[in-house]
Amino acid sequence: MTARVGVVTFPGSLDDGDATRAVRIAGAEPVRLWHGDPQLHGVDAVVLPGGFSYGDYLRCGAIARFAPVMQTIVDAARGGLPVLGICNGFQILCEAHLLPGALTRNQHLHFRNRDQALRIESAGTAWTNAFQPGQEVLIPVKNGEGCYVADTATLDQLEAEGRVVARYVGGNPNGSQRDIAAITNPAGNVVGIMPHPEHAVEALTGPSLDGLGFFTSVLKHLVGAPA
Amino acid sequence: MPRVVVDVMLKPEILDPQGQAVANALPRLGVSDVASVRIGRRIEIEFTGEPDLDRAREIADKLLANPVIEDFTVRLAEADETVDARS
Repeated sequence: MTARVGVVTFPGSLDDGDATRAVRIAGAEPVRLWHGDPQLHGVDAVVLPGGFSYGDYLRCGAIARFAPVMQTIVDAARGGLPVLGICNGFQILCEAHLLPGALTRNQHLHFRNRDQALRIESAGTAWTNAFQPGQEVLIPVKNGEGCYVADTATLDQLEAEGRVVARYVGGNPNGSQRDIAAITNPAGNVVGIMPHPEHAVEALTGPSLDGLGFFTSVLKHLVGAPA
Repeated sequence: MPRVVVDVMLKPEILDPQGQAVANALPRLGVSDVASVRIGRRIEIEFTGEPDLDRAREIADKLLANPVIEDFTVRLAEADETVDARS
């Protein structure tokens, strides 16, 4: 059976279309989810896409966290539903306390938009099991508020538990502490990543096809997941 | 109706690049005696009934501030403090 992967659209989402396409190219059936609808329509996994939900008012992701669909997603994620938050989606996951820490204004204050090398540090998550630990990938980064911060105890815990999923290599684009580009929750089903794997799934539009691995990973995870 | 004022500031240990950018611009104004600038956010809340500081604190904790990176204070506005756009 084809896996159904939901992609949420918030007011101000930008990359829901690309995320939907990436899901399809990876071989799953994309299901569009709407921020105001608490139903998940039987999806097996969820992607929170990039963009500027609610205009980034107050703080990035702060208002989206309280969208009706998010209440359901938070509960389902705690029950093991695979959730990938990309860029604004990462910010929403932190605001929803599914992931620790916060994303703040890039240290140099500039919006950064470039192809970015990452090192996959953890291939044990639902969204990175198609990679080898230590593998380098090339994926676009585009953010103004992508600087990951957390207190030292949290950072040490993330490192000790192998929950730093990816790190920037060849230059940190936003000042993130310990070059963190992606993290996961203790169970490994929730991943937040600042760069955009959904923009690196086709030779025509991306710098590589490396992004596909995130989406094929979740399919692999779902096949192996207990019913 | 009295308002509740919520002030949200980045925690001291969190880098404030906006504040730094403003501080760095001050010499262009001829100001050379400012050591640092920190930027926060002030939110005014008007309740339909009596102002409720506990309720305001709950709102601040859940939505207005992110306790991971920000601190907040909650207080009643002084009578002459609030600029009322309607007046």
